Order: sequence, then structure tokens, then C-alpha cells
Amino acid sequence: MSIYADHAATTAMSEAAIGAMTRCMREEYGNPSSLYRIGQRAKEILEQAREDVASVINAEPREVYFTSGGSEADNQAIRSAALAGRKNGKNHVISTAFEHHAVLHTLDQLKAEGFEVTLLDVHENGVVPPEEVEAAIRPETALVTVMYANNEIGTIQPIREIGAICKARQVLFHTDAVQAVGPLTIDVKAENIDYLSASAHKFHGPKGTGFLYARRGVPLIPLINGGAQEKGRRAGTENLPGIVGMAAALKETVAERDAEAVRLTALRDRLIAGLKEIPHSALNGDAEKRLPGNVSFCFEGIEGESLLLLLDEKGISASSGSACTSGSLDPSHVLLAIGRVHDVAHGSLRLTLGRENTPEDVEYIISAVKDVVAYLRGFSPVWRDLQNGKTPFIL
Amino acid sequence: MALYSEKVMDHFLHPRNVGVIEDADAVGEVGNAKCGDIMKMYLKIRDDIVEDVKFETFGCGSAIASSSMATEMIKGKPLSEVKNLTNKAVTEALDGLPAHKIHCSVLAEEAIHSALEDYYSRQENAHGN
Repeated sequence: MSIYADHAATTAMSEAAIGAMTRCMREEYGNPSSLYRIGQRAKEILEQAREDVASVINAEPREVYFTSGGSEADNQAIRSAALAGRKNGKNHVISTAFEHHAVLHTLDQLKAEGFEVTLLDVHENGVVPPEEVEAAIRPETALVTVMYANNEIGTIQPIREIGAICKARQVLFHTDAVQAVGPLTIDVKAENIDYLSASAHKFHGPKGTGFLYARRGVPLIPLINGGAQEKGRRAGTENLPGIVGMAAALKETVAERDAEAVRLTALRDRLIAGLKEIPHSALNGDAEKRLPGNVSFCFEGIEGESLLLLLDEKGISASSGSACTSGSLDPSHVLLAIGRVHDVAHGSLRLTLGRENTPEDVEYIISAVKDVVAYLRGFSPVWRDLQNGKTPFIL
Repeated sequence: MALYSEKVMDHFLHPRNVGVIEDADAVGEVGNAKCGDIMKMYLKIRDDIVEDVKFETFGCGSAIASSSMATEMIKGKPLSEVKNLTNKAVTEALDGLPAHKIHCSVLAEEAIHSALEDYYSRQENAHGN
């Protein structure tokens, strides 16, 4: 038995992407910057991929910049907007407490450079109320950056509402849409998004490839200096096989998106219902405003890493926000941001379903998680104290 | 390369001496739930020898494996030897731990030392009466 249930971490590459990439590597080795025919053919392929990607989010092709992935796109968008803002006396950035580290650490860097950063509360349900974004905007606000959907708890943010507020208040708006591009329908024009980051390997494309959408006219400074590729905004010979693979994977994902959303939502809700039967457990984040495949739970009295290792023994690949899996002493900042206390956050489990998962997988996962949680609680001194009433249950 | 050695995985998947000794002569508990690791050791001691030992652990794979290994290393041993058990010895017996998991073996050492302290303080109280 082998069940991959960690699609928020990465996804298996689609056959369409592998086919497009190998063909590109074998036949289209030209440099898109070269003037002879094989170079120009590579250029055409590059621009076709740009068109394909742009159409998925209703952008213009020239508004799409290929990057090495989501982190680079986040860094570039945030730094560009902030540094341009500072030239006009704007040194304030608004974001949320549960952003990806690619955003949070970029904001830390800006803070060290003298910017002021407001991190909005994401509340117990993991959703940022648009009115709280509006209330945080000041005359000196250069940028609002709010993720489209959270990578750990899957909650989807009111991006359209936040976009409308930012437009009305004339503040630049970036969204880290790494988890959203693919499973969700996005329209950068209708949603008033100025910058959007995406990563190919989250939608069955290759790793090391992503893109930044930057609306025409918004500030965009290069992180990598050199040649004139990507209109001077991202130097270095383009990763053509990666870009072609990304475009192929994205086209395929979007073609099956609506049917897949319905199928995955049903699987997700069955998995949530099954895991809720475990006593003293709780779903993390809003039950409805969440990605179709995301299930995130906390189980009281156990620790997440041992849970993951035992699930791995049963053939299930999953993830956790426990300290032991994060490599630090603190559990996931996302779980802490939605108000989970440390003791409970250590016992977290994230299962993210995708293309290959079946209803049988879900039933197997439910029964495996039930077994493993009961087994670990069986020799947990924390669980014993909870059972004896020595310490009160939190969940 | 795997995260853990085969020894660690063996002790994690098949932990030895798991459970509780209801009439233990000594109990040691270290760590806290906030940090994600708690170890509890129960000792049965006769004639200054660890006759039986059981553990309960809330923690990651290496915490469970360290507890299990430590109990094996002290079972049947005289207290004079048990009190010299170090986290280094536990780590070596497990064929090593990843650098950021060494604290799990420290916890195992501390749990045993905490149990011994409990034993000696019980002894003192008994003699005091």
C-alpha cells in the first residue's frame, strides 16, 4: 500500500509535463536570445508558454515573468513594491501572521531595512476579514500581501474583497497563490491583483520553475542582474524545459479543474468526518473556505513526528506542523496563528489529497490514523494525565 | 539516506519496556508538552538493582527510541552503574541520532536520573520515619 497524501508539499509530475519537457530538451536546445532559427524557435516556444500561463489567470502575456519558483516570485514582488513605495515616503507593509516563510522572511529583511510591517490576525478559522485589511491601511502603506490559500490549513482568503479595497485605497496588492494556482479559478483583473506568485511543482509541473504575474505598470526590480531576459526583470537564460513543463501541467490541471474540485471536496469532507470520530481532535481552519484537497487536524496527547513515521510505515505520506518536523523548538507558526497552543500544535497532521487519490485511499487513511493515534496515546504520559483529569482537555 | 538509523527505527517501531509500573519504587518525569517531549520512567528496585523498568513517552521518533534504548540499558543493572548512564551512551547504542535530535537522548538520561533522585529521596524519608 502506498498513498501519497502530501500534495501541498509537492505533486507527481504529469505525463503531459514530462512529455513536453523531454521533447523540449531533446529537440529545442536553442537559446531564446539567439537570432538564428533554432534560437528563434526556442523563443516562440517560450512565448507560447507565457501565453498559456497568462490565459489561466486572465493576465496579458507580457505581465508574466518566469522565475525559479514561488519563493523567488514572492521575494521579487514584495521587495519591488516596498522599495518603490519608500521612494514616495511609504515605508509600511501589511501582511498576515500565517504567510509562507518566503513572505515572512522577506518582510523581516524589510524590517531590518527600516520598514514597518503589520501582520494581521488570521483568527480561529484562518481567514483574514477584509475590513481588518482596510482598517490597517495608512497613508504610508506601500503594499498589502495576503496569501491566496494557506499551505498548511488550506483556508482560502477573501482575495477579491481585499483586492477591491487595495484598488480603492491605491495600495499595491500581492498574493502568494502557490497553493491556489491549479485548484482554484483566479482572475487577476476581476480580483484587482497587482502581483501573484505561483510554483509549477504544486500543480504537477517540474520543481525549480514558477512565475510572477506583475500587472502592467507596477514597480518590478530584478533580484538577479545580468542579461535582458524577461524584459530585464530576471536575468539568466530561461529554463525553457521547466517553463514548457509548467505550461503543459497547468493547461492539463485547468482542463480538469472543476470536476476535480468536486471530486476532491467530497473526498476531503469524508476524510474530515472520519478523523473527527477520533476523540479530542479538531479540524484546523474553516471547514468550507478551504482548498478542495486540504485536511489539517490536531490530536491531543500525541506528537506529530511519531505519527508521521508510523503512517509512513503503513504506506501513507503526510506532513505535520510539529516542532520536530519543523526543525525548530516551536511548532508551526500557522497553527499558533490560529490560536492552537503549543501542546496541541505538536500533535498536528496535514493530509493533502490530489489527482491520484481514491475513496479507498481515504478509508484506508482514516483507519490508519485512528490506529496510530490510539497506539501513541496508549503510552503517552500527556494522554494519561488528560485521561486522569490531572490536566484539562483543550480539544 | 534515511532520517534515522535502523536501530532507532527498530526501537521506535518496537519499543521495549513500554508501560507503567503501578507500585514503582521510583518515578522520574522530564520535559514538557509545550516543547513537544515528555518522558516518564518507572523503576522497580530491589537490593540496589533495577529489577524492572517501564516508560511512557510523548514525543518524536527519536524520543521514543531513546526511552526504549535507555530502559534496555539499565534493566537488571546495579544503581551504581545506572547513575552513570549518559546521553552519549544512549546515542551510541542507537547508532547515532541526527544533530537536532541529540536532546532526546539527554531527556532519556535526565528521566533516569530524575527517577533515581526520587528513589533516594523516598529512601531518606523512609529512614527519617
